[in-house]
Amino acid sequence: MAINIALAGNPNCGKTTMFNDLTGANQYVGNWPGVTVEKKEGKYRGDKEVVITDLPGVYSLSPYTPEEIVTRDYLMSGKPDVVVNLVDATNLERNLYLTSQIIDLGIPVVLALNMMDLVEKNGDSINVAELSRHLGCPVVETSALRGRGMDVLMERAVAEAKKGAAPATEFGFDRKVEEALAQVIDIAETRISGRYARWYAIKLLEGEQLTVDKLGLPAGDLSKIAAVREALENVEDDDAESIITNERYDAIGDVCTECVKKSPKAMTTTQKIDRVVTNRILGIPIFVAIMFLVYYISVSTVGTLVTDWANDGLFGDGWLYTNTEAYEADVEEFEGVLETAEGAAAFEAGEIEEPDPATYGLYHVGVPVVVGGWLEAVGAAPWVQSLVLDGIIAGVGAVIGFIPQLIVLFILLGFLEGCGYMARVAFIMDRIFRRFGLSGKSFIPMLIASGCGVPAVMATKTIENEKDRRMTIMTTTMIPCGAKLPIIALVFGALAGGDYETTWWVAPLFYFLGLAAIILSCIILKKFRAFAGEVAPFIMELPQYHLPTVRNVLLSMWERVRSYVVKAGTIIFLSSMVIWFLLNFGMYEGQFGLLDPELDDYIQYSLMAGLGNLLAWIFAPLGFGNWESTVTSITGLVAKENVVATVGVITSLGEEIGETDPSLWASFAAMLGGSSAAVMAFCAFNLLCAPCFAAIGTIRRQMMSAKWTWAAIGYMCAFAWCVGLMIYQFVGLATGEVAFGPFTALAVVVAAGMLFLLLRPAAKAKGSAQLEAAVDNA
Amino acid sequence: MAEDKTLRDVPVGQSATVRRLVGEGAVKRRIMDMGITKGTEVYVRKVAPLGDPIEVTVRGFELSLRKDEAENVLVA
Repeated sequence: MAINIALAGNPNCGKTTMFNDLTGANQYVGNWPGVTVEKKEGKYRGDKEVVITDLPGVYSLSPYTPEEIVTRDYLMSGKPDVVVNLVDATNLERNLYLTSQIIDLGIPVVLALNMMDLVEKNGDSINVAELSRHLGCPVVETSALRGRGMDVLMERAVAEAKKGAAPATEFGFDRKVEEALAQVIDIAETRISGRYARWYAIKLLEGEQLTVDKLGLPAGDLSKIAAVREALENVEDDDAESIITNERYDAIGDVCTECVKKSPKAMTTTQKIDRVVTNRILGIPIFVAIMFLVYYISVSTVGTLVTDWANDGLFGDGWLYTNTEAYEADVEEFEGVLETAEGAAAFEAGEIEEPDPATYGLYHVGVPVVVGGWLEAVGAAPWVQSLVLDGIIAGVGAVIGFIPQLIVLFILLGFLEGCGYMARVAFIMDRIFRRFGLSGKSFIPMLIASGCGVPAVMATKTIENEKDRRMTIMTTTMIPCGAKLPIIALVFGALAGGDYETTWWVAPLFYFLGLAAIILSCIILKKFRAFAGEVAPFIMELPQYHLPTVRNVLLSMWERVRSYVVKAGTIIFLSSMVIWFLLNFGMYEGQFGLLDPELDDYIQYSLMAGLGNLLAWIFAPLGFGNWESTVTSITGLVAKENVVATVGVITSLGEEIGETDPSLWASFAAMLGGSSAAVMAFCAFNLLCAPCFAAIGTIRRQMMSAKWTWAAIGYMCAFAWCVGLMIYQFVGLATGEVAFGPFTALAVVVAAGMLFLLLRPAAKAKGSAQLEAAVDNA
Repeated sequence: MAEDKTLRDVPVGQSATVRRLVGEGAVKRRIMDMGITKGTEVYVRKVAPLGDPIEVTVRGFELSLRKDEAENVLVA
């Protein structure tokens, strides 16, 4: 017979670590309340008949957060044979509050007293036998981190499951409350019976709407229960919910004074660290410094070094490991010679050759060179060569090239998450985010989005409030991710024309544009009924700092990078073939077939150009209504990395050309008609519109609703279009590039509409009016 | 002692005893679930750099809550 064990406990008490240990699974944990939202199942390593379910961490079985609902529904489903309640022994009082509720469910319970080693280290002690007697269930000392006590714990849990008896607890309420509970059980006898009877009675006495709805008691019974509740409330001079909560904590307090001996101490290490880290004056500078360091290390130093190697070495021509100075000096000399007329002529005639890096030291050629040579050797058709080299390797390679950078970024963020600093970030940033209707917790996804939107959208699952979570998903990809940086660099070049002195402000401008877009979007969205309502509570534990294990940091990194790798392997792989097909096939001189890339402007004959022409009217009001820029924006949907490469292909400069090449700047500006307003509008649209396919797929997964996914995509595109329109029309008008026309009028209307959406009073959420009235009365 | 003194009014570095909780729904429930109940001693440890939220020590652990939420906690 299979035995179902439910693993329940407070957030951040070591549950996931224990689950990994028991089942050999690889779930990562963060020192940050609420990393697990879905429940996960695994088979016990020691006995395949034992199924363990890891439930999200909760402080209580109230039905307010998604975690609480998932945990409660599972515990009430009748499925678990025994609950292993993991408690953090260093914080027994608050942890036992959940225990007292679990015991009331009437399911067999085994208490796992975790982190006992820390208790001993602090010089405290817990009388385990006495605790077990009070709770009426077995108590086992464990250390999930070191894997101690697991076998004993599972033995006891299986034994309890076979016995199937409810805990013989000494916990209970005051006589008056117990009497009231007995009355409720009498009244609702027919609806509540069996092991959950006591639990339902408590919830009915508290008047919890969810339970009342679920049980569907007749109105007569409900009013009788209401009378019992009122009588109790009058005697105790408090509301039923508070009475019951108070009594739970009072009973726990009594048990703790009896079982726990605390050594007197001045200040914990965590408090000492926090005195500096969340300091009133130093808090923000430290936060900025830490974030700067994270990005400096992952983007500018280690990450770039490896990414350069991956892009140029692995997926480029090749990489020279040693003696690079001598090679570069020779290349420079060669280029100098090439610039002279005689030199160029000599090169044409084959008299002089470009220096060969392979002769300078340790060198390996890149994948495209190897594969290209191999394809040529086996005599593959030109279109196969083109598909593999220009389509697949170029497309997938561009994505894979970012992986080293992401690995470094996610190791660092995983460390910050694991040690407990992220909770402090939420604490520091909450004030700012609350201003536009989100909580400090929304900051973490946005931080990750600056690396890649896919893990950022995944990180939103730690946001408890569903409306906040949806809003964060819809806006977080507006932050320029790593793949959008080349677009910014390209636009920067096109606008500045190499003149950094006067136009240095362009690059930071687009970061601020992303931030401003998020803020504006949040204010606008918050006023719609679907997002309206009270600001979600921000009552959050600040966990104790601890050094995360290497395994855990690597697991968190892997989980995030994996999603990116999967993106490269699936969506990008397929779409780069489709894009390649659209770009390389078309009608030329009355014949459909593979176009010859040697042909001047071959792309204008391609299917893609046709598609671009079909859709170009959409972007005409934004100043880039030609097929070239339309095609560029479409390829950006596949992966933002593609935008620069597509500009290179379309302007016949080739894919090899980088975003820092002045000739690309010039042809890019020419593609947009030389209008700087159009260049800015193009960039704004491409940064703010729907993210790449991979991120869209992730949004779909996290929203768990097609309707909401389309709402998010539609909103992003519409918002980006409006911003692009306003930029082009207003900037153009100011610089004299655009004459006042119907679309200028439209831009004015859009601007007015946005102002209206920003300033109009918020829609009231259902039920919030009653709530306000209730607050007023109180 | 004022009748309507709340946790929000307690200066940093001082403790107060919870008298009762007001309000309704998720916020109140959450405050109670985290151990801020009648008779509990709450120590106000600090205010966040931007002036909100606050950090309190209750039942031996650190808790952050907004000033608006702290207003639901009447203290003596």
